[in-house]
Amino acid sequence: MTRHIRRAGLFCALLLVALLVNAARVQVLRADAYDDNPADRRDAITRYRQPRGDILVAGRPVTGSRDTGEHLRYERTYTDGPLYAPVTGFASQEYGTTLLEHTEDGLLSGADPVLAPLPLWNEFTRSRNAGGHVVTTIDPAAQRAAYEGLRSRKGAVAAVEPSTGRILALVSVPSYDPGLLSGNGRTARDAWARLNADPDRPMLNRAVQRTYPPGSTFKVVTAAAALNAGVVTDLDEPTDSPGPYRLPGTTTRLTNGSPGCADASVREAFTWSCNTVFAKLGVETGVADMTATAQAFGFNDGDLRVPFRVARSTFDTTVDRAQLALASIGQYNTRATPLQMAMVAAAVANGGQVREPYLVERTVRAGGGTVSTAGSRPVRRVMHPSTAMLMRELMRGVVEKGTGTKAAVRGAVVGGKTGTAQHGLGNSGTPYAWFVSWAQGREDMEAKVAVAVVVEDAAANRREVSGGGTAAPIARAVMEAVLNS
Amino acid sequence: MSKAGITLATARGPAAPTVRPSRRRGIELTLIVLAVLLSVYGYCAVGLAQNGSVPPGAAGYGAGLGVLALVAHLAVRWRAPHADPLPLPIGVLLNGLGLVLIYRLDLETPGDPAAPTQLVWSTLGVALFTVVVLVLRDHRVLQCYTYVCVAAALVLLTVPILFPAVNGARIWIRVAGFSIQPGEFAKVLLAVFFAAYLAANRSALTYAGRRVWRLQLPTGRVLGPIVAVWLVSVGVLVLERDLGTSLLFFGLFVVLLYVATGRTGWIAVGLLLASLGAVAVGRLEPHVHHRIETWLHPFASIEAGEGPNQLAQSLFAFAEGGMLGTGLGLGHSVLIGFAVKSDFILATAGEELGLAGLSAIFLLYGLLVERGYRAGLALRDPFGRLLAVGLASLVALQVFVIAGGVTGLIPLTGMAMPFLAQGGSSVVTNWTIVALLVRLSDSARRPGGGGAVR
Repeated sequence: MTRHIRRAGLFCALLLVALLVNAARVQVLRADAYDDNPADRRDAITRYRQPRGDILVAGRPVTGSRDTGEHLRYERTYTDGPLYAPVTGFASQEYGTTLLEHTEDGLLSGADPVLAPLPLWNEFTRSRNAGGHVVTTIDPAAQRAAYEGLRSRKGAVAAVEPSTGRILALVSVPSYDPGLLSGNGRTARDAWARLNADPDRPMLNRAVQRTYPPGSTFKVVTAAAALNAGVVTDLDEPTDSPGPYRLPGTTTRLTNGSPGCADASVREAFTWSCNTVFAKLGVETGVADMTATAQAFGFNDGDLRVPFRVARSTFDTTVDRAQLALASIGQYNTRATPLQMAMVAAAVANGGQVREPYLVERTVRAGGGTVSTAGSRPVRRVMHPSTAMLMRELMRGVVEKGTGTKAAVRGAVVGGKTGTAQHGLGNSGTPYAWFVSWAQGREDMEAKVAVAVVVEDAAANRREVSGGGTAAPIARAVMEAVLNS
Repeated sequence: MSKAGITLATARGPAAPTVRPSRRRGIELTLIVLAVLLSVYGYCAVGLAQNGSVPPGAAGYGAGLGVLALVAHLAVRWRAPHADPLPLPIGVLLNGLGLVLIYRLDLETPGDPAAPTQLVWSTLGVALFTVVVLVLRDHRVLQCYTYVCVAAALVLLTVPILFPAVNGARIWIRVAGFSIQPGEFAKVLLAVFFAAYLAANRSALTYAGRRVWRLQLPTGRVLGPIVAVWLVSVGVLVLERDLGTSLLFFGLFVVLLYVATGRTGWIAVGLLLASLGAVAVGRLEPHVHHRIETWLHPFASIEAGEGPNQLAQSLFAFAEGGMLGTGLGLGHSVLIGFAVKSDFILATAGEELGLAGLSAIFLLYGLLVERGYRAGLALRDPFGRLLAVGLASLVALQVFVIAGGVTGLIPLTGMAMPFLAQGGSSVVTNWTIVALLVRLSDSARRPGGGGAVR
């Protein structure tokens, strides 16, 4: 019997070994796979157990955290939700994060290992650092001016500081309150359903996530390309342009909105926005040179991040001459985000150099120590400084005596360009009103702000839609706000 | 340690009466104090982690547990002075740890406190332990009650069928707010019955029948009892939908039959019958079938968009624990939901104490089982040997079935983790098992008693 007891004991020992081996399998070998399962709520519980770090505008937080006392404890709040939604995005317990809340999530939630006092400290102690704060480049006065200007309309504004690339304003209207989506309850679900069903798409960040045909504002690019390529050497020389202009290889005739464009000089054509002159100029410059200049401004670049992704602005490189003519006046397949058009104005204002735009000035720990700073952004030469000087002249002319007089700011040098972009099937949609501009105070060494405004459905009467009428006053308000601060 | 005891016992020559044999009661007391201190420490750790302060009841909790353990120790000292010093401290430590874990989970479920009730049941359990040690002077007395035991066990097993099913199983009866699982008590009674029956009939059962290939099959006449037990356990399974208890009874019987007769043929027959029963029931009984499906695909419900099931939540908890655990009071095993304090209590241990703590718990059970087997080896009378092996195997099988179930090793079956899990009947039963093991080891190690090794 003793032998059999020993064998039975051995069997029990085998059971013990099986339990130990299996426990090691579950707790160590497979642990990571189990931990990563999205159905495991532990990550969410840990994540929302502490207040989220804040996003700061001009030193003041525009976000906050509310203790709900629920299972997922802290919820995001926003002080000026709709105003800053195109900057912050939302941080929802149910629907994830977007924009800055998304790209800076590791820092805000405290999960980023750079916040740890020592390497691997958090892994060892199973602790989590307090969320860090994100300091933005936004100028609250400019942001509010843009938002107020667009109010009750549909459109977007992007403003940058030309010499650095700091984004001063990023506005999209209609907007929404991201705070509605913070929780995980019925309110959040209802708001989510409503916002997604809204035909106006309030959650779309029009300033960076949507492209529009830039229309006549693209003539800045075309003029710069023509000057770069040496197609134009004297701004005041007649261009020998017919009016109307027959698109090369077709029988289609391109006409102008304003009179006096036939054989106009580049300066006059720019001031009064002659389509025929710039269509012809684009064709004369050629696809290669047009493309080179457009891409130097930032077109066809799908990798721009500010730090969230900016939609790719396009200039079609596989066009025939008729298409090139249309592309050169910002129609056909030419599309741009408002931020891209602000970069175009900024390049002109900054002596022909474009700085990559950015939104995060620096990130700091909860205690105040700096985690990272934006540093100097890569710079790209778009045109020769002398070309930039000529472009400044052209743009100033528009504001001083052309289509953009409503953008003039007392006590400052302002250059701009209007645009009215056709779109829709057979150009049936209400045109988009554009205005791009830059402003330099009389005492300033350099331009302080470059701005792009686009207004969709600016008025019920499409004849009244124009960049100079509806978009220019908004741009002026933004520029004034920046110059006065 | 038992080796040393045996050496002492055998080394005692005629001159021995002047040498007082080592009884190791001091070691037992030291270990008990250690077990109580560990439990109080755990209790304080939970409070510190959750509220940042030592819970107000810490001293009372420690004192209560200490007094209970001390009473049990004094009973052993008085009436079983030669007993193995390990089973009692192991019981105290596991029970204390169980109370800590249940108290810890109570903090997450404010409306449903379970620790106070568990403390009452623990007190009852220790009381029963004391009574058994004091009253039962010789385990062989139990042999006289073989058939009383089996009758009582069958009654206890069948009573819950008359009561409504709870969570798919008919194993509870509710009396005055307390729910009792009579099947738990039946385990000990059946172990006594099996041991007594097999001790009395082992020679008849060893008669060999036909030889098939290399297996020596038992004769048809003695096949009767095993078929009867198999039928009873399948009956339990079908009528009460309690896969775990059924498995436990059957496993216990096969182990004891093997130890008693030494016939591997029994094991073959047992395994064959068990797998036949399992396959048939797995197909016919949706409740059991579902358990097997869940075991094979623990995350199927997540993929189906229904959220994680209990087993998946349990696996998440174990995985979160990792090597060292989150620390007492800092895990989220409460996500398991229903039965987190009973069947799934081990997940809390795994998450908050980690693989290190979980392994320690497994080793404590292993040690308890090993002490039972040691007593079985050291005893001389067949009934005592079978009873010791049976009780130890009962603990081993139960731990394996439920621990294997919640860690995804085998299909999950509802069963209480001995001492740790919420459940009064289980705690009382396990204290009875430890009491019997103490009594058996006392007999085994008593000088001039049954202590000689064959």
